[in-house]
Amino acid sequence: MAEKEAKGKREKVPRQEMTEQKPEDRVRNFDEVPFGYTPEQAGLEAGRCLQCKKPKCIDGCPVEIDIPSFIQLIYDGDFIGSARKLKEQNSLPAICGRVCPQEDQCEKVCILGKKDEPVAVGRLERFAADWERAQGEVEIPLKDPPTGKRIAVVGSGPAGLTVAGDLIKKGHEVTIFEALHKTGGVLVYGIPEFRLPKAIVQAEVDYLAKIGVEINVDYVIGSIRTVDELFKEGYGAVFLGLGAGLPLFMGIPGENFCGVYSANEYLTRSNLMKAYLFPEYDTPIARGKNVVVLGAGNVSMDSARTALRLGAEKVRIVYRRSRVEMPARIEEIQRAEEEGVEFHLLTIPVRFLGDDNGWVTGMECIRMELGEPDESGRRRPIPIKGSEFIIDCDLVVVAIGAGANPLLPTTTSGLELNKRGYIVADQETGKTAKKGVWAGGDIVTGSATVILAMGAGRKAANSIHDYLMSGQKNWP
Amino acid sequence: MFKIVAKREMAERTVCEFKIEAPDIARKAEPGQFVVIRANETGERIPLTMAGTDPGAGTINIIFQVVGKTTALLRSFGEGDEIMDIIGPLGVPTHVEKLGTVICVGGGTGVAVMYPITKAYKEAGNHVIAIIGARTKDLLILEEEMKAASHDLRVTTDDGSYGHHGFVTDVLKQILDDRNDVELVVGIGPVPMMKFLCKMTKEYDVKTVVSLNPIMVDATGMCGACRVSVGGRTRFCCVDGPEFDGHQVDFDELVKRQRAYLTEEKISMDQFMGGIPE
Ligand SMILES: Cc1cc2nc3c(=O)[nH]c(=O)nc-3n(C[C@H](O)[C@H](O)[C@H](O)COP(=O)(O)OP(=O)(O)OC[C@H]3O[C@@H](n4cnc5c(N)ncnc54)[C@H](O)[C@@H]3O)c2cc1C
Ligand SMILES: Cc1cc2nc3c(=O)[nH]c(=O)nc-3n(C[C@H](O)[C@H](O)[C@H](O)COP(=O)(O)OP(=O)(O)OC[C@H]3O[C@@H](n4cnc5c(N)ncnc54)[C@H](O)[C@@H]3O)c2cc1C
Ligand code: FES
Repeated sequence: MAEKEAKGKREKVPRQEMTEQKPEDRVRNFDEVPFGYTPEQAGLEAGRCLQCKKPKCIDGCPVEIDIPSFIQLIYDGDFIGSARKLKEQNSLPAICGRVCPQEDQCEKVCILGKKDEPVAVGRLERFAADWERAQGEVEIPLKDPPTGKRIAVVGSGPAGLTVAGDLIKKGHEVTIFEALHKTGGVLVYGIPEFRLPKAIVQAEVDYLAKIGVEINVDYVIGSIRTVDELFKEGYGAVFLGLGAGLPLFMGIPGENFCGVYSANEYLTRSNLMKAYLFPEYDTPIARGKNVVVLGAGNVSMDSARTALRLGAEKVRIVYRRSRVEMPARIEEIQRAEEEGVEFHLLTIPVRFLGDDNGWVTGMECIRMELGEPDESGRRRPIPIKGSEFIIDCDLVVVAIGAGANPLLPTTTSGLELNKRGYIVADQETGKTAKKGVWAGGDIVTGSATVILAMGAGRKAANSIHDYLMSGQKNWP
Repeated sequence: MFKIVAKREMAERTVCEFKIEAPDIARKAEPGQFVVIRANETGERIPLTMAGTDPGAGTINIIFQVVGKTTALLRSFGEGDEIMDIIGPLGVPTHVEKLGTVICVGGGTGVAVMYPITKAYKEAGNHVIAIIGARTKDLLILEEEMKAASHDLRVTTDDGSYGHHGFVTDVLKQILDDRNDVELVVGIGPVPMMKFLCKMTKEYDVKTVVSLNPIMVDATGMCGACRVSVGGRTRFCCVDGPEFDGHQVDFDELVKRQRAYLTEEKISMDQFMGGIPE
């Protein structure tokens, strides 16, 4: 009876919004934009879930989180239980709740979303994980008995962190080798503080260290050690979670003017090196007044919003296709627009202009129109003859994508690489062409998402476990 | 954390040498490679060449000129102090082979970068002539070391206080005029020196290698801060270099890119030295 009443009420409740910093305030700080749900809001939102018998949302999730169950636990007021339910499938829920493109995954297929707005799965995920962290009740899992097997994890992005977390729980010894001085991969060097507070990433890394993962920063594998040397040192398996750490440039004249940054450099200076706190932190960053960002993905939105927070008066996104083709999450585009970022679509730069000191002063652009669909299914942009015009600017961030960083792949014999330099690995297991070596995340798929990198990490961890426990034979 | 086990100051405290415990890097490093140093939690990542390594003792040596905040901060460190992060070995090692006569030209702290390379060319069986220079006698570094690392050492000072009065390039010109068996010139120093040197060796049609020092951040090929134009192509100095064919390098672009943060560097330095930042 009580249950029925609750159900009746459920449908009337609107999708709960998170309170957030107002655009005019937040563009002046690097604090996180939304504040997250209160327990009351979380309860109301959880109550909206229909608890479908055949839930579609689970299939919509790349790591198949038992979404109805974790939501039910929130509804029941067992927030800690909810967080633990999440962690059965997803070791980084506080991160995924913030950065996953839910609108293309779980929330896209939510039955409620057919007539009404879908359940805010991401916001609830974030709520439960934050609650657990704030209570300091992060559970130390029971580890399986020691196996004596050692695994080297190269790279500490979401893929590497997942592999490390899974395998340490299975009783193996795990060592992470990270090239940078901080762990977390793109989560620390790329995604800005106002979207993903670094303390959250650090908490996840601290947790791994606490449960016994050995973490070595400042270790560029391929240079200080080769993969083969890791085997010689007694590692039975090596996982490569290297990410897509190679910035792509336009390849047009003037690109080396000062003030033309790759998004990787711009965001690394600001996030990893904390240049937004200069001169308290030593690393400088150019603070443009009139900024242009090339490209329209998540990385572009992050760059544009960073520029605003660094004091830009005008920030424009210049993109060669039209609005519908913009690859960024809708939420990120909306936030950027609220903050005052302008969009110049169907436009491409053909060269950069600079002054005598070698600083960028503008770009010559050309307008585009959309033609027939290309291989990606999106309509191909075609330059309109004679439409050249100049955009003035004092800072440019090139955010048109990333490639595979060749440093490790080219120093490791026996790996198979594809045409674009990414490592070829089995989709189901993560096994590469080299015995004992797995790969997953962006270094296999090209730039993708946090959740896909984690999913690949989980599959690889299972495969590594089977391999090590069955006498390291069968390959592939 | 990386412990400083020995410290030596030279050139009137404008240059400083550290021997640092870094066994894993020491084991792997080759001439021409560098490390990235982050002194402390708020520090910048700066590249410094390894002037020597002792794999047995597990140490590396760096020699740096004090030019700004980070190098001034490093100089304030003493024996027993620890550096937060050292990443390496980075960059492509010097391609050393037996060629015949090789001239190694080092200016300023470029001499420190040149030292292990000079040694390597000598060990590979080349006849090595070294030319080192400084503004004035008291700023000259590594004279003894360079003497031992080469067959024939020439010294210059801009003000004539020691050795040949003039620039390293003057002496180089003399040698190139005198002998026609020079197979390779390696030039490392301030950009204007390298630019001038390359212009000259081009006239003599002698192959010339330079070691470039653009501003770097990660130094693993991830950010592109270190872009240099070589032969009209953009290269990432940290992973494609730091050594390049000097006759192909766009030095004017390099100088401009090196000066990108002059304002900020001054603010940092003033703050560090106790000056009042505005
Ligand atoms: C600015 C930005 C915003 C993004 N926003 C989102 C978002 O909102 N939602 C979303 O789902 N995804 C987003 N992404 C994509 C997402 O971050 C990546 O898909 C994901 O981080 C890939 O994880 P990974 O573990 O494969 O690699 P990475 O996170 O790239 O980590 C790889 C790590 O390996 C290290 N490494 C590389 N080579 C070596 C070596 N030789 N030795 C040792 N260590 C090495 C690197 O230093 C790095 O730390 C964004 C990406 C960027 C750049
Ligand atoms: C591959 C390589 C090897 C080097 N080896 C040596 C060496 O053995 N000994 C030595 O004395 N110097 C060396 N340098 C130069 C050294 O890195 C700079 O002098 C140092 O970064 C200055 O930092 P600062 O904070 O003291 O000075 P700042 O006041 O910050 O800068 C002074 C000048 O140094 C350069 N610089 C600043 N920041 C960086 C950075 N992050 N990366 C590179 N250059 C920067 C700029 O051109 C700047 O104008 C090398 C540089 C490179 C790229
Ligand atoms: S310093 Fe970042 S790519 Fe060279």
